[in-house]
Amino acid sequence: MTVTSALSVRGLNKSFGALVVAQAIDVELAPGARVGLIGPNGAGKTTFVNLLTGFLKPDSGTIALEGTPIEAMSPEMRVQRGLARTHQINTLLREDTARDNVAIAIAERKKYAWRMMRYTPQWKHCTEQADALLRDMGIADVGSRQVRELPYGQQRLLEIAIALALKPRVLLLDEPAAGVPSEEAHRIHDVLAKLPSDIAILIIEHDMEVIFRFAREIIVLLQGRVLTRGAPAQIKDDPEVRAVYLGRTVV
Amino acid sequence: MTKPSSTTTLAPAALAPISKLWATVGHVLPWAIAIGFFFVAEGSLSIGTQIMIWILFALSLDLILGYAGIVTLGHAAFFGVGAYAAGLFSIHFSPDPLIGHIFAIVVSGLLGLVTGALILHTTGVTFLMLTLATVSLIFEFGNQTRWLTGGDDGLQGMRVDPIFGMFEFNIFGQTAYVYALVVLFIWFLFSWRLMHSPFGRSLDGIRQNSRRMRAIGTPVWWRLLAIYGISAAMAGSAGALLAHSTRFVGLSSLSLLTSGIVTVMLILGGTRKLYGAFIGAAIYYLVQDSTAKINPHFWEFIVGGMLIITVLFLEGGLMDLGRIGRRLISRFRQRSDLP
Repeated sequence: MTVTSALSVRGLNKSFGALVVAQAIDVELAPGARVGLIGPNGAGKTTFVNLLTGFLKPDSGTIALEGTPIEAMSPEMRVQRGLARTHQINTLLREDTARDNVAIAIAERKKYAWRMMRYTPQWKHCTEQADALLRDMGIADVGSRQVRELPYGQQRLLEIAIALALKPRVLLLDEPAAGVPSEEAHRIHDVLAKLPSDIAILIIEHDMEVIFRFAREIIVLLQGRVLTRGAPAQIKDDPEVRAVYLGRTVV
Repeated sequence: MTKPSSTTTLAPAALAPISKLWATVGHVLPWAIAIGFFFVAEGSLSIGTQIMIWILFALSLDLILGYAGIVTLGHAAFFGVGAYAAGLFSIHFSPDPLIGHIFAIVVSGLLGLVTGALILHTTGVTFLMLTLATVSLIFEFGNQTRWLTGGDDGLQGMRVDPIFGMFEFNIFGQTAYVYALVVLFIWFLFSWRLMHSPFGRSLDGIRQNSRRMRAIGTPVWWRLLAIYGISAAMAGSAGALLAHSTRFVGLSSLSLLTSGIVTVMLILGGTRKLYGAFIGAAIYYLVQDSTAKINPHFWEFIVGGMLIITVLFLEGGLMDLGRIGRRLISRFRQRSDLP
C-alpha cells in the first residue's frame, strides 16, 4: 500500500467542559505539503498543535502519521515516528552550546541516548552532523557558543535546526518568526524557503506576509472550527475571512 | 606596548598545558589524600571510613539532584534500606560481606525503581513531598518491625567474615578503610563515565528543560527512573559499607535528618561535579570532628554559616574556590607575561 498522506486528521474534537476548543477538524497533509494555519487569538491553533503532538488527548477523532494511527501514542513516541515541532517560545537547553543542542537531538534520533558507558565515537558523530546542519542553516559560526548568549533571531533558527535534526516526515512550525526584529526576519524566511521539499509542513504564523509567501494552502480556524480553507489568493479575497481576521492587516 | 596583540594571543596558548596540569592535579589529589591518609592516620582510620561512606552517599545524590535535577528529601530511604539489607543478610543468610553488599545494592536499587515508578511522574514540590512521605513510611516501618530490625535499639548481632576470606575487619579499621575506598573508587569511575555519556547528557538536558527533551523524543520518565534506580543502588551501597564497617545499623540511617545532612554536604561541596561530594562530605566531617571538641553543638553553627556563605556567594559550592583561585593565578601570570 502506498502512503498518500503524511498526516491525516479526521474529525478531531476536544472541549474543556463547556468550552469547545476543537470541533470536527479535518486536515490532510500530503508529503511535501506547505499548509498555513491562521486564525485570531484563541481560535485554537496552539490547542490543535498540542493535540497533534500529544500534549493534549482528543475527546474523539483520529490522527494518522503516514497511515499509522498515533492518537494513542505518547508525545515522545510521535516524535520518534517523525512528527517534529518548533515552539512559539524558545524551548532550548540554554546552558549548552548551539552545537550540543542539535547533537542531543541527533543522539536521540539515532538511539544513542541510552548509551551509558560509551561516549566518544557516537557523540563525535552526532556533533559533526550537528555542525553540518548549522552550516546549512547559515549559523555555523555560533556552534560553540552557549545558547543563552545567542541573539534572539539565532535562537529561533536553532529551534528549527533542532527540529530538522530529527529528520521529521511532518514538521509543525509554531510561529517561527515570532518576535524576530524585521531586519533579521529575512534569515528566517530564507531558511523556511529552503526547508527540505519532502517534509510536510504545517505553519502557524501571525505574519501574513510569511504565510502568503510560504503556504500553498491555508486553513482558517475560528473558535475551534475550520472556517474555510483554500489557496492563499482565495483566502485573501474571502470576505468572511477578512471580516473575522485579516481585516486591516492585509492590504 | 609595541606588539600588544601578539602577547594577548600568545598568553592563552601558553596557559593551555597549565590548565591540563590543573585538571590532572584535581583528579589525582583526592585519591592521593585518601591513600596517604591510610598510612598516616594511626587510629583515626574509622573517621576516614565514615567520610568515604558519606562521600559515596553524596555522590549518589549528585547523580539525581545535580545532574538530573530531581530534588529529593528521601534519599536516606535507600541508604538506610541498603544498610539494613546488608545487616539482615549477614545475620540470616551469610556473613560474607561481598555477597551481602551486592544483595544490599540490588534491594535498594529495586526499592528506588519501585518508589520512583510511583512518584516520578510528578515534579517540584509535589515530588519533594512524596519523597518525604516515602522516607517517613520506611522509617516508621523500620521502627515498628522490632522483631526484624531491632526498632530504635538498632540492628545488632551482625557477623562479618573477612573479605575474600583473607582481610579481617579488625579494630584498627584498615580493612574497612580500604574496602570503602575501593568501593568508592569503583562507583566514582562508574559515575564519571555515566555522566559523560550520551545518557548523562540527556539527563542534563532534562534538568535544563524537560519540555525541550520531550520535543526531541526523549522518554523523560524512563530516563529519570533509570537514574533514580542507579542512584538508589549507589546509596544502598554506601549503606552496606556503613553496616559492614560498624557491624551495627541504627534507625537514624533512615531518618529525614540523614537526607538533610547528605544534601547539605553536596550543596556545600558543589553539585554536578562529582568531586563536590568529596569536598562537601570531608569538610562537613572535619568541621564536625574538630569543633565538637570545643562545644558539642558549635559545629552546627559553623556548618550552617558555611552553607549560607556557599549558597549566597559560591554558586558551584566550595569547588568554585578552586576555579576562582585558578582564574586569579592565570590572571596574575598573564599580567607578569606582559612587558
